[in-house]
Amino acid sequence: MAFDWSWFWPQFFTAMGQTLYMVAVSLLISIIIGIPVGVILVITRENGIWENKWIFNILNVIINIFRSIPFIILVVAIIPFTRWVVGTAIGTTAAIVPLVLYTAFYIGRLIESSLLEVDKGTIELAQSMGATNWQIIWRFLLPEAKASMVLNLTIATIGLIGASAMAGAVGAGGIGDLAITYGYNQFQTGVMIVTVITLVIFTQLVQTLGNFLSKKIRRK
Amino acid sequence: MLVLEDIHKVYGKGKDKKVEALKGINLRVEKGEIFGVVGYSGAGKSTLIRCVNLLERPTSGKVLVNGIDLVRLPPAKLRQERKKIGMIFQQFNLLQSKTIFQNVAMPLVLEHRPKEEIKAKVAELLSFVGLEERMHHYPDQLSGGQKQRVGIARALATDPDILLCDEATSALDPNTTEAVLALLRKVRDELGITILMITHEMNVIRDICDKVAVLDGGKIVEQGPVIDLFTEPKTQIARSFVKTVLNDSIPPSVQKLIDESSKDNPHGIYRILFKGASTNMPLLSNTAKQFSIDLNVLHGMITELQGIPFGNLLVELKGDPEEMKRAIQYINDHEAIIREVEKNGI
Repeated sequence: MAFDWSWFWPQFFTAMGQTLYMVAVSLLISIIIGIPVGVILVITRENGIWENKWIFNILNVIINIFRSIPFIILVVAIIPFTRWVVGTAIGTTAAIVPLVLYTAFYIGRLIESSLLEVDKGTIELAQSMGATNWQIIWRFLLPEAKASMVLNLTIATIGLIGASAMAGAVGAGGIGDLAITYGYNQFQTGVMIVTVITLVIFTQLVQTLGNFLSKKIRRK
Repeated sequence: MLVLEDIHKVYGKGKDKKVEALKGINLRVEKGEIFGVVGYSGAGKSTLIRCVNLLERPTSGKVLVNGIDLVRLPPAKLRQERKKIGMIFQQFNLLQSKTIFQNVAMPLVLEHRPKEEIKAKVAELLSFVGLEERMHHYPDQLSGGQKQRVGIARALATDPDILLCDEATSALDPNTTEAVLALLRKVRDELGITILMITHEMNVIRDICDKVAVLDGGKIVEQGPVIDLFTEPKTQIARSFVKTVLNDSIPPSVQKLIDESSKDNPHGIYRILFKGASTNMPLLSNTAKQFSIDLNVLHGMITELQGIPFGNLLVELKGDPEEMKRAIQYINDHEAIIREVEKNGI
């Protein structure tokens, strides 16, 4: 059975657009949620600058719950919630909801670990200067953790690309969907190879960009 | 002026887990003084210096800075007072993501000072510590000594009354240590800033401190002017600290004489300590001339501590016991201390 490639390429570019859209929007929202989550985890923990056992423990459990559900199950499990947020549970935009829930808390964890890498002395220094907690976060913690945060966000982005491929299961489209529909279900090896190479290149590009930015921030 | 009154610090909760790091610290640092606290690791030095600006909150006691008790201040007032207390650290704690200029400017940025003012002030501070041409470098491009200079410039940015030095030279080599200590002396001499430093290095105490306190097991076991601690340490721990820079241990050959002595056969070995004016007068030669005894110098040194000459000699006295007594009395009357060396070498 010959495969009609002329018909494939437009499909491919639509899928590319869908993947980029899902990843970009999900990433942006996840970062907006994830960074504050990471900051809250660090400041509310024991001996943090705003120690609060309750907030820390509750947030910790919530994150662990979301982190422990496999993405494909999460997509299905939160369908009512997705419908409530975007009005539908099917399509590219609908896929953003589970992608964000999956990625935002992951980013929260990664940001937490980046912030914990900042030397304890930095906080002592800030306090000795009479900095407010707000200033400690903005002027000391986040800038000092920036290079590490960029690397960790790169890891999260690559995880997100992987998850977005699975979002095809709810009709989200995208490169992953293309691979499953044509490459897997219709045994089109050529399509499978093209899509896999595309994902590999995409991942490489993201990692290279992340390394470059982090290095630039570190200046070494 | 800085006064610590009966500071206690207890870590942990519950009967078994409680650790008392500070057990009633009383200190008084006068304006413009350089006060050193020396102790071994685990003595509580680090906790003590952090109790001054409340990086560690004392469990009880008062921290009086210019008469204001910091412990009782609400958070916002405390932050204001902290700006009058600069601090430098063993590991420098420079912000790696910022240039030297930005590091020094940080305390001023936190206060939302105008840009032009910050620029002028940072330039002035960097020239004070001799690093103006390094303004646009990053901390990892500097040597340890330069990093500590940046730390000092930054600590001075808010024109503090007090500077806290947390093992400020412990990560530096001897030459760099000397240069940083010279800078700290300049901070005191030219800016009139009171300095409280903790260290385990007795040479730091010897080189720049006016007064010293010896901390052991969370308590101050001895304190006073540095020259007194060096010449007449009262506690074993103070003696062992003094020994690290002024070796006054008894050489083996002399120790042998002491060990072999008995009540009927005294060794006649004495230690003579003299300081200040008495070093300028030929005390030993006068003694030998005036009394019919033999005076033999076995071992010793004469040095200078902060401009005050100080000697520590081991001598052997021989002669008629009555005459020796009179000679000893004579030495004691001339601002020197003489005492028979005990078997443990003290």
